[in-house]
Amino acid sequence: MSLLEVGDLTISYTDSAEPAVSELSFALERGESLGVVGESGSGKTQMAMAIMGLLPANAEIRGSIVFDDTELIGAGPDLLNRFRARRIAMVFQDPMAALNPYVRIGKQLKRILMEHELCKTGEATERTLDMLRKVGLPDPERQYRAFPHQLSGGMRQRAMIGAALLGEPDLLVADEPTTALDVTVQAQILHLLKELRAESDAALLLITHDLGVVAGNCERMLVMDRGQLLEEGTTQEVFGSPASEKMRALLAAAPRVSGESQASQAPASSKAVLDIEELSVSFKEQRDRGRVNAVRPIDLTLNKGETVAVVGESGSGKTSLARAVVGLIPADTGRSMFLGNFLPGSLNTRNQESRRELQMVFQDPLASLNPAMRVSDIVAEPLRVHEPGDETHEASVEAILCQVGLGSELLERYPHELSGGQAQRVAIARSLILKPTVMICDEAVAALDGTVQDEILQLLRAEQQRSGLSLIFITHDLAVVRQISHRVLVMYMGRLCELANNESLFGRPRHPYTKALLNAVPLPDPNARPVDAPLAGEVSSVLKPPSGCPFHPRCQQAIAICSESVPEPADCDGSFVACHRAAELDLSY
Amino acid sequence: MSIFKSVIRTIQSSRTVTVCAAMLLVIAALSLLGPAISSHSYFSTDFDNRLLAPTLMDQHIFGTDELGRDLFSRTLFGIRITLLVAVVASFVSLGIGVLYGAIAGYVGGRVDGIMMRIVDGIYALPFIFSVILLMVAFGRSMLLILIAIGAVNWLDMARIVRGQTISLKQRGFVEAARLIGVPTSGIILRHITPNLLGVVIVYMTLAIPQAILMESFLSFLGLGIQGPQTSLGTLVNAGVSHMERASWLLVIPASVLALILLCFNFLGDGLRDLADPKGKT
Repeated sequence: MSLLEVGDLTISYTDSAEPAVSELSFALERGESLGVVGESGSGKTQMAMAIMGLLPANAEIRGSIVFDDTELIGAGPDLLNRFRARRIAMVFQDPMAALNPYVRIGKQLKRILMEHELCKTGEATERTLDMLRKVGLPDPERQYRAFPHQLSGGMRQRAMIGAALLGEPDLLVADEPTTALDVTVQAQILHLLKELRAESDAALLLITHDLGVVAGNCERMLVMDRGQLLEEGTTQEVFGSPASEKMRALLAAAPRVSGESQASQAPASSKAVLDIEELSVSFKEQRDRGRVNAVRPIDLTLNKGETVAVVGESGSGKTSLARAVVGLIPADTGRSMFLGNFLPGSLNTRNQESRRELQMVFQDPLASLNPAMRVSDIVAEPLRVHEPGDETHEASVEAILCQVGLGSELLERYPHELSGGQAQRVAIARSLILKPTVMICDEAVAALDGTVQDEILQLLRAEQQRSGLSLIFITHDLAVVRQISHRVLVMYMGRLCELANNESLFGRPRHPYTKALLNAVPLPDPNARPVDAPLAGEVSSVLKPPSGCPFHPRCQQAIAICSESVPEPADCDGSFVACHRAAELDLSY
Repeated sequence: MSIFKSVIRTIQSSRTVTVCAAMLLVIAALSLLGPAISSHSYFSTDFDNRLLAPTLMDQHIFGTDELGRDLFSRTLFGIRITLLVAVVASFVSLGIGVLYGAIAGYVGGRVDGIMMRIVDGIYALPFIFSVILLMVAFGRSMLLILIAIGAVNWLDMARIVRGQTISLKQRGFVEAARLIGVPTSGIILRHITPNLLGVVIVYMTLAIPQAILMESFLSFLGLGIQGPQTSLGTLVNAGVSHMERASWLLVIPASVLALILLCFNFLGDGLRDLADPKGKT
């Protein structure tokens, strides 16, 4: 008898014709780890919600979900509550949304124990503290009294996992548990899950869009698409010989740090189009607690037809850098030259030419399109601003939409009627219609599904080949960097760590942080050797930056000097590396 | 598709909205046609027929008041004033309030500070006292009442719109528009204002009843509409003093007032759906 048996599960909503999940059947054994992969809209989260009994009231559910000989579909709230926490527990994608912001962490966990009568009242505090210790929260006594917002994202997710494991469940359902986290923290959380499972022999249902996460953490896997189960098998089988077209497409689109770089031909000219010198950004901290230095003085030159990727974890200052370059936020210091002219720091004082030639694409495509405007108006707006007299806008709009791979049937749509990929194409079309010289993409593909992400990257590459567009690509995803960039700037806490060519950065990283980032990327290959020790710790507080090299508290190679003086970027075989030990360390694979 | 056409379509798409819009139209038409359809004028007194209950006799279908004036004609006249107040209140809070709030919120900084302090200043004026001063200085008139109501009605709207604008300003599409080089006026008119419609309409449905009630309040204090002219609020107030002997003097105008307010509320609900592009197909 399996622990969980799902039979012919169909979930449909009255307001949509297609069922969210149709006739899904699978079984999960005790202690087993099962990965569920699929793109957004594949129904994987719906399935998880059905198991937890959390579907909204307007969902119609058919089929059966049998957990340990008990049918869960149609079960009353009493029965479900007996199962929740003790038998089945869930970890959600966004720990901030899943934790009550007004209740201290310890109290929230304790409530689970009390609510489900899992232990005597006197022992609850001790049990909670034990659990916080077990999930690796540093200083558990302090975190016990902390409010959720006082914890970092990774800490919150650790607390959530602790909350899920309090009742020693037989089944842990994790819905995209690491999607909202940085790669290094993702590696830590996955490592933690693995360790905890080894101790408790709970079964794991891991839902994710990331093939790398499944490859390293699951014994068996399901592939879903549009509510259908396409494929089922051991991870080895499915990755080794995928049976379905979709899985092959997912695998092909899965970005790898080990693969060949697909960046367009090296830029023919070394003519600088954008030259940033000593640019720095700081923000005023609330209640005048001083200023936070988001970006320390950084130099960067962008050549014509070149792609420079800027990578780093959240808080590294990469987005502040991009926003200061385009003028959305003021820079403290720095002098930028754009196309041979001085580029003023404030957007208001820039001339129309620089606004035309310097464009930006944002992370969330839907948020960057005005919900009250139709696609045709959105894409035509730059032309209306820059070429007011001209009446040939319609033709240009259709041409540019065609160029980004969209048909003219979308012209009359509103943004909410577009898919994520279509919306990002519209945003790119809006930037391209003025034929800019430089385009800055701030996490432009981070919110998109794997295959769509791949398409957008190809589109940008094609555009670069065609018109010599220069790109600054801000991302946290090293696999994307590998695919499209010529040069890479790695940032940590507002400082440059390493600036190197794509080949040399991925072939022979020279900064320990670069190496740590590369190690943390989950590879879409079940046979890849697992990383034994993920980078420990988290990014230090920008309010109290560590002395010396900002990375030294987490660095495995740190020596005495690292905590004393800040390393200056120095030339190291063509790369710029800010590390005291750059010359002596060999971090190559 | 013009705005007008889509408004019509939305009104048709929901039965409640259709009924409410039709009802408001009928009420408005009746009030405008008032003198033509009732056989009595709103001001002629008839001391033989005082406090007459609703009756078909002599066509006093709503009865008469303590001076023998026909309540039906007076109600129709009152509706006219009440609707006029509603229209003025909505135009003022729409025109001034939305633009003022959007500019303050979008431009921000010192401009925002000065503009919002002006709003605070007007708020701080004791309303009734200022109205009395105005009346003393310029004499009583309908226009003055409308100005007084207009002067306070846009303040709340400006505050709400400013808050909403500040959050819209952070949204990606406004930043994208700035980067393209859209001038500030274009951003406010094309990007901010259309996205405020939802909250603006909801607030309007609150502001209109508020203005109507404010007018009755002023009239009650003797600062508003003066007899023989009347408004629904005045009629209700007059009705209260005859509640025990002639309940219809209270019930009828109060029901009409409630009906109008209800219609505005339901209409607001429907229009809010229209303002949300996700509701469009």
